[in-house]
Amino acid sequence: MALDLDTDYWDKDVVKSEEPKEYNTLNVGPTHPATHGVFQNVMLMDGEFIVSTEQTIGYIHRAFEKIAERRPFYQITPLTDRLNYCSSPINNMGWHMTVEKLLGIETPKRVDYLRIVIMELARIADHIICNSVIGVDSGALTGFTYIFQDREFIYEIYEEICGARLTTNMGRIGGFERNFSTKAWEKIRYFLKTFPRHLQEFENLLARNRIFMDRTINVGPFPADRALAYGFTGPNLRACGVDYDVRVMNPYCSYDEFEFIVPIGQNGDTYDRFIVRQEEMKQSMHIIEQAIAKLDKMEDKDTYYASDPRFVLPPKEKVYNNMEALIWHFKIVMGETDIPVGEVYHCVEAANGELGFYLVSDGGRTPSRLHFRRPCFIYYQAYPEMVMGNMLSDAILTMSSMNVIAGELDA
Amino acid sequence: MFQIIPDRNQLVVAKLTDHFGEAIERHEVITDMLCITVNKEVINEALLFLRDDKEMQFNFLTTLCGMHYPEKEQLGLVFHLHSFVNNQRIRIKTSTDMSNPVFPTSTTIWPSANWMERETYDFYGILFEGHPNLVRILNVDDMTDFPLRKDFPLEDQTREDKDDSMFGR
Repeated sequence: MALDLDTDYWDKDVVKSEEPKEYNTLNVGPTHPATHGVFQNVMLMDGEFIVSTEQTIGYIHRAFEKIAERRPFYQITPLTDRLNYCSSPINNMGWHMTVEKLLGIETPKRVDYLRIVIMELARIADHIICNSVIGVDSGALTGFTYIFQDREFIYEIYEEICGARLTTNMGRIGGFERNFSTKAWEKIRYFLKTFPRHLQEFENLLARNRIFMDRTINVGPFPADRALAYGFTGPNLRACGVDYDVRVMNPYCSYDEFEFIVPIGQNGDTYDRFIVRQEEMKQSMHIIEQAIAKLDKMEDKDTYYASDPRFVLPPKEKVYNNMEALIWHFKIVMGETDIPVGEVYHCVEAANGELGFYLVSDGGRTPSRLHFRRPCFIYYQAYPEMVMGNMLSDAILTMSSMNVIAGELDA
Repeated sequence: MFQIIPDRNQLVVAKLTDHFGEAIERHEVITDMLCITVNKEVINEALLFLRDDKEMQFNFLTTLCGMHYPEKEQLGLVFHLHSFVNNQRIRIKTSTDMSNPVFPTSTTIWPSANWMERETYDFYGILFEGHPNLVRILNVDDMTDFPLRKDFPLEDQTREDKDDSMFGR
């Protein structure tokens, strides 16, 4: 909260200078522990108050949209990993759903439920990082060290499913590359049992902590109409009071069969963003529990990919033993399949908002144009307006509560 | 007010063609989204009309990206709009000749178009009239090429050590 100093009393002996104000320039970044990733802010400061900021991004621009024009669809999944690398399974699943929309593949229900389990785990992982780092940026490091053990456990779950921890390259177009192992299910159930208690422990450290509340309430507030004009989506927009969630507005992957609440805030300040993310983690747990209940009730426990041999890579056992599977595998990998001409836009609710994929296909093996609608890139434009006139420490907390991930900023 | 209108796509097309006539060049529904191709002359008015009309209310610019059509020698723009009130998404396309790739800016309609237009300028060289700060955003400032055009090669052509003849890039 900004201090309300009585300047008439305190400054009455100060001789007010007639000269114009002198501003300092402070360079925050690109290598700075407070910016989570490489992006730069050159701030013009009047003492401790920020007059204006100038942003420079593009330090981690890896030309994904250009590379994607030369890669077959299944080779673009590793590119999508590296967008918002804190929750890469969501990016992977979003991309697979985009291609399935273009090719007209319908995934079986079991695949949908497995995807929902993974996407919600990824959302929890991303929110763990964001919320604990808000604490770290305000000086509270304890919560970070405890809750990060749960993020490590989520990475162990990913490892059981796809082999990788951070950049998961998980799943295939049409489903998954293998069924979830018993070890993976054991870990998921163990996580469901233990995480709520750890989350509550973490929340008890910060959510009603006097110091944390003083540091975050009314810091970086943003009205809802400005947020909509700036293209905010996700927890940042929900903290401003607009309940826009892609899972509810345009349901995909059977999300309409699940019951969950969309938490919203009031002022759009840092505290609201923190609390919205906390509540979303609890709702994600609720969704995972419902998905596991549905999966347990299903008799079929073996399907893990859609049966569309034209586009879905067959499992390796079949490729080595079955002639048709070998032929289909060859055709798909070498690009001899009939990809339809067309264009499709598909969006998913990523941890930061609406992650969209605009895919234009000209019938060839690679996309003709692939554009990523990256939520971070779009809402980070509003940062100068959010911090103008505030103090530097408030600006640092605003930046970390917006959850700006450099990979998604630059692509 | 949300009204139950059976086919919102038809409503949008009807309103646009009533208002702009011949400037609406094509409209079709591709996979589940209405795509409307608009002539470059009226693109700004069309977007403002889509945003402000009380029955359509496309208040959210989802994304804006550039396109290069090398066979027609044109550069284009693709807008994805979203109406939160009616839960409707549409795609608006325009194009212009490569000799004069200038479009009016949409930052007056939606401030979120600011960086999106900078990115489009960075990648395609499309200029936006009236943009407050049209400089490169993701590439280095002194770059002279526009990398996402189809004639810009993906890899460095001066390398001697790689043979890409089998898996052409």
